[in-house]
Amino acid sequence: MRYEAPDSLEGAVALLAGAKGETRVLAGGTDLLVQMRADILDPDLIVDIKKIPETRAITEEKGGWRIGAAVTGAELKEHPRLKKVWPGVIEAANLIGSTQIQGRATMGGNLCNGSPAADSVPALIAAGALATLAGPNGKRDLPVEDVMLGPRKLALQKGEIVASFLLPPRPPRSSDAYLRFIPRTEMDIAVVGAGVSLTVDSAGAVTAARVSLGAVAARVLLVAEAAQAIVGSRLDKPAQDRLEAAARAACRPIDDKRGTVEFRIQVAGVLARRAALIALDRARSN
Amino acid sequence: MAKHHIAATVNGDPVEFLCETEDTLLDVLRDTLNLTGSKEGCASGDCGACSVMLDGRLVCSCLVLGAEMNGKKVETIEGMATGEQLHPLQQQFLKHAALQCGICTPGFLVAAKALLERNTHPSETEVRYWLAGNLCRCTGYDKIVTAVMDTAAAMRKG
Repeated sequence: MRYEAPDSLEGAVALLAGAKGETRVLAGGTDLLVQMRADILDPDLIVDIKKIPETRAITEEKGGWRIGAAVTGAELKEHPRLKKVWPGVIEAANLIGSTQIQGRATMGGNLCNGSPAADSVPALIAAGALATLAGPNGKRDLPVEDVMLGPRKLALQKGEIVASFLLPPRPPRSSDAYLRFIPRTEMDIAVVGAGVSLTVDSAGAVTAARVSLGAVAARVLLVAEAAQAIVGSRLDKPAQDRLEAAARAACRPIDDKRGTVEFRIQVAGVLARRAALIALDRARSN
Repeated sequence: MAKHHIAATVNGDPVEFLCETEDTLLDVLRDTLNLTGSKEGCASGDCGACSVMLDGRLVCSCLVLGAEMNGKKVETIEGMATGEQLHPLQQQFLKHAALQCGICTPGFLVAAKALLERNTHPSETEVRYWLAGNLCRCTGYDKIVTAVMDTAAAMRKG
C-alpha cells in the first residue's frame, strides 16, 4: 500500500488519475482507517490531501464562504464567524462523533464516504452548497446533492477529488438548522436527519427555502416539495402540516436495526418541521 | 514498498522511526517507540483509549497513520507527569478512585487535560459531552467526572 501526501491539487489529481488499482483519498481518516482495519477496503494507493492549502482553508469568496474539504469539525466550530452565518451547517458537522473524531473528521470525508446518514450532508444540501471538484480536466462545481448517487457511490470521475465547498452569499434574515434523531444523546449515527435553510421577508414570511433529508433513502434527498410547502407562509400550523406531509412523501427508507420504515417516515416529518421552526427563529433574529 | 522514514516530536523529544503505510500512530507509539500507555480498545475510534494530542488536537491515535506524522507534534500520557510529580488530574483520579481496571484511564486523562486547557470552568454537562468519546466499563463515569470537576476547581484556585 502506497501513501502519498502531495502539496497541490494538481499533484493529488495526477497521482489518482495515473494509479492502477484501488485508490482512496485520505482527509480525516475517521471512516477510511476503520474500513481498512475491518478489511472492507485494501487500497493500493492512499492520497492524503491535508497538505494541499485549498483543502485546509476557510475563506470568504464572492460574499459567500469557501470551506476546504479537509477542514476539521473542531476548526469549523472554532471559526469566529461561520457559526453566525451558517449555524445549521456547523451544528451538523459538529454532531459527527466524539471530541476526538471532531479533531480529525471533515465534511469532504463525510460526503465522500457515501453514507445516506452522513450528518453534514443534509445541512450542506439545504444550504445550497456547491462542491468544487478538481480533476484531470480542471475544476468543476457540482451541487452537493448531485455528488452522492447511492450508498458508497459518488459522481466523481477517475482522478477527481472534492477540493472544497462553496456556501452561497446570505440574504438578510436568512438562517438554517439541522436536527437528527438518534436513540441516545451523543456518539451515534442518524436514524433520520433533516436540514432546513430559509429566508424570510421583513414581515416574517418565508421567501425562499431548501429542505434536505438524510437516512430516509439511498442518498440524501433534496425535497423541493417540502420547500414549496412553506414558501409564502409564515410557517403557521397549516404550512407546518404541509411541510411534514411533503417531507414524509419523499421518504423511501429501509428497515434496519436503527429504525423501521414507518418510524423513519414519521420522524422525518417531525424533524423537518422542528428544523424549519429553528431556522425561522434564527432568521427572524438575524 | 519502502518503509516511510518519519521525523516527529513526541512529548517534546525529537523521534525518528520507520513505518509501513498501514501502521497507525497507535501502532508506532506502542510497538516502535515503546510508549505503551496509550491503549488499543476498539481500533475504530469509539472508545478513546488511544487518545493523544496531535499538533494540539485531541485525536484517536488508532485513526491516524504513522506515515502522516512527519513534522508533527504528539503528546501522550507518558508526557503528562513531570518526573515523579503527577499532574493534578492524575492526583484527583487517584483520590476519587476514578479508575478500576485502568485500560481507559490514559485516554481519559489525556482527553480531560485537553478540556481543562480550553475551558478552566467546565460544567458537568460540558465534561460529560467532552468525554463522550471515552468509554469506561468499570466506574460508571461519576467518579471520573467528579475528579475532572475537582481538578478544574483546584486549578482555578491555583
